[in-house]
Amino acid sequence: MVNIQMTGAQMVLKAFEDHQVDTIFGYPGGAVLPIYDELAKERDTNQPIRHYLVRHEQGASHSAEGYARSSGKVGVMLVTSGPGVTNSVTGLTDAMMDSIPIVCISGQVPTHLIGTDAFQECDAVGITRPCTKHNWLVKDINDLSRILHEAFYVASSGRPGPVLVDIPKDIQFQTGTYIGPETVKHKSYRPKLKANIDQIDNALKLIADAEKPIFYTGGGVINSGNAAVQLLREFVRLTGFPITSTLQGLGAYPGDDSQFIGMLGMHGTYEANMAMNECDLMINIGARFDDRITGKIDEFSPNSKKIHIDIDPASINKIVKVDVPLIGDVAHVLEDSIKLWKSKVYKINKPPLKEWWKTIDKWKEKDSLKFTSDKNRIKPQYAIQRLYELTKDKDVFVTTEVGQHQMWAAQYYKFSKPNRWITSGGLGTMGFGLPAAIGAQVAHPDKLVIDIAGEASILMCIQEMSTAIQHKLPVKIFIINNQYMGMVRQWQELLHDKRYSHSYTDALPDFVKLAEAYGAKGIRVQKPNELDKAINEMIEYEGPVIFDCVVEQNENVYPMIPSGKAHNEMLLGDETKKEEISDEGKVLV
Amino acid sequence: MSDIVSKHTVSVLVDNEPGVLARVIGLISGRGYNIDSLTVAEVDAEKHISRITIVAPGTEETVNKMISQLQRIVPVKRAANVTFEKQGIEREMALVKIVSTGEKRVESMRLSDVFRARVIDTTHDSFVFELNGSPRKIDAFIDLMKPLGLSEVSRTGVVAIARGTEKM
Repeated sequence: MVNIQMTGAQMVLKAFEDHQVDTIFGYPGGAVLPIYDELAKERDTNQPIRHYLVRHEQGASHSAEGYARSSGKVGVMLVTSGPGVTNSVTGLTDAMMDSIPIVCISGQVPTHLIGTDAFQECDAVGITRPCTKHNWLVKDINDLSRILHEAFYVASSGRPGPVLVDIPKDIQFQTGTYIGPETVKHKSYRPKLKANIDQIDNALKLIADAEKPIFYTGGGVINSGNAAVQLLREFVRLTGFPITSTLQGLGAYPGDDSQFIGMLGMHGTYEANMAMNECDLMINIGARFDDRITGKIDEFSPNSKKIHIDIDPASINKIVKVDVPLIGDVAHVLEDSIKLWKSKVYKINKPPLKEWWKTIDKWKEKDSLKFTSDKNRIKPQYAIQRLYELTKDKDVFVTTEVGQHQMWAAQYYKFSKPNRWITSGGLGTMGFGLPAAIGAQVAHPDKLVIDIAGEASILMCIQEMSTAIQHKLPVKIFIINNQYMGMVRQWQELLHDKRYSHSYTDALPDFVKLAEAYGAKGIRVQKPNELDKAINEMIEYEGPVIFDCVVEQNENVYPMIPSGKAHNEMLLGDETKKEEISDEGKVLV
Repeated sequence: MSDIVSKHTVSVLVDNEPGVLARVIGLISGRGYNIDSLTVAEVDAEKHISRITIVAPGTEETVNKMISQLQRIVPVKRAANVTFEKQGIEREMALVKIVSTGEKRVESMRLSDVFRARVIDTTHDSFVFELNGSPRKIDAFIDLMKPLGLSEVSRTGVVAIARGTEKM
């Protein structure tokens, strides 16, 4: 079936079929009508493409991200020209920052109108150039199939990322030759998958000699796929080293395993950050020394040798100079590392490692995630802890919005599998969680999908409730409602003498009524002793739920490395105004 | 690596497709690097490969980071530092207009000889010189012409290539 004649619009659908795309997120408009027309014609075939109609193109982009992140597949979205594209920019940028493979097909005004300020015209490739891995404007029908195949290839290979294919309306109508994906090879883009074996050997020697080692793993492990996750677990257990993870890497290594010492970074655990600070060998696997992780850069892990595995050569030495760079795909590098480790019969330096674990266990005693419970008010940490306890036996997918609730979710919800935790890390996009949950639910229709949200963030893409209802996607929105933009308020408290400038959300909607208005179920809880029952009610309900969990307003996220400070300058919970724990409170912890 | 800020010449081989120059300069400005000069032209008409030469100020480290970032652009095939002090050869062309009469006019003609500049246009009151050479040579020529009626300068920007058998 290669080299057949068809219209541009048909080519788009044919390319979807050839790349095993059965699900897309989109919103129609003038410049994509020919493609939508093909979707309508295709509806009666055996395997029609499932199109999920969103309520705003930002929703389509985050849904595609949630779909991709939770399934390991490419997320596909279809939007119209002009505002369709500009509304997608946030999601594309988000996917760029967190390395999520997205193919965005956008309509464009017909070629003869490009550059004339036509209705709903915008320079789509110009606007999205910095927020995509690559993009194309298709000006010739006979380039279209090649470009579509290249788009899927570029999005999903190397360091994944979003791409955009901008197709003028006249090209969608024209007839041309469709060539199949097997005959298309990109001219120049060939990411390197295997690392230099001598460099791997150098890394293994450092690992064998290390006295105070630590694994620092990130989203790259999850992007690399299940093989990488299994190999990571094997390698970590083989060495017996402690392991910490970035926000994006959570789930690659089981969160409840004894070698896992919690998330690191600005709101990471005391033991993880102290271990990063004092280690003598850091093994960075698929993480990028983000500023939320490193804190003050000149005091970042001052006495360690550093190994860095990354598929993107530009990540090497970008922020932190490393001793052994291993450029390649995590799964390939770990596979070669384990083989070489075994064939060369390297051994771990056990006695100092034992001492190192003792030091780490001392740090653990700080119990940096402890919080004081209250019998009258729900503590946000407690709410997430209960949510975890009541759902941990299920295979749950958790998305979040951005802010305090996101950090508490990362701290108190433990993930034992990859792809279960979907959050906007790099860009920090409020409004991400609900559409991402919709995407995850589409990919996993029978699984429990929860968006842990804040009452401010959720309002940024609340229109997607309508999408959830229309497509019968039973997502659960668990709002940690403190009536503040909590993270903004926290920074204002700590850095701006408690001048809470515009961080209080006045005139919030009644979330129960809001849920009902959309045709979903609304639940509100204000007392700790009502929480468990209500969470169970939420889980058992078959449709979408908005759960309004009214919590203590002034709680802060701790530990916290204030910006510009080093790992060992963490703030732990406010020691001075620590409340006495009542008997009832003790029961609740 | 040294922390000294100096000029670096970076050669970038790209697939000559629409928007590729915008990608390169967009990345450079977007990530906060500067450009002193930039030249671009197709160098392989069959394979549609263009060569972009960028002169950018920075420390060796920042320029290395810029090169790494350039290599992430999908149509960028290769990027390398070909600075003269390292292993490169750099050339530039300039058109220099002198408006003067009398002794100054004679002196400008004499100096142009020393620099092997060619006169490509002349009136009773002016010359346009064409000059090839390293950017430093052109700088020196322009400096010398300043008191002699220098009116206008147009420079191509640097093109560069590695010495010897080495290939990008």
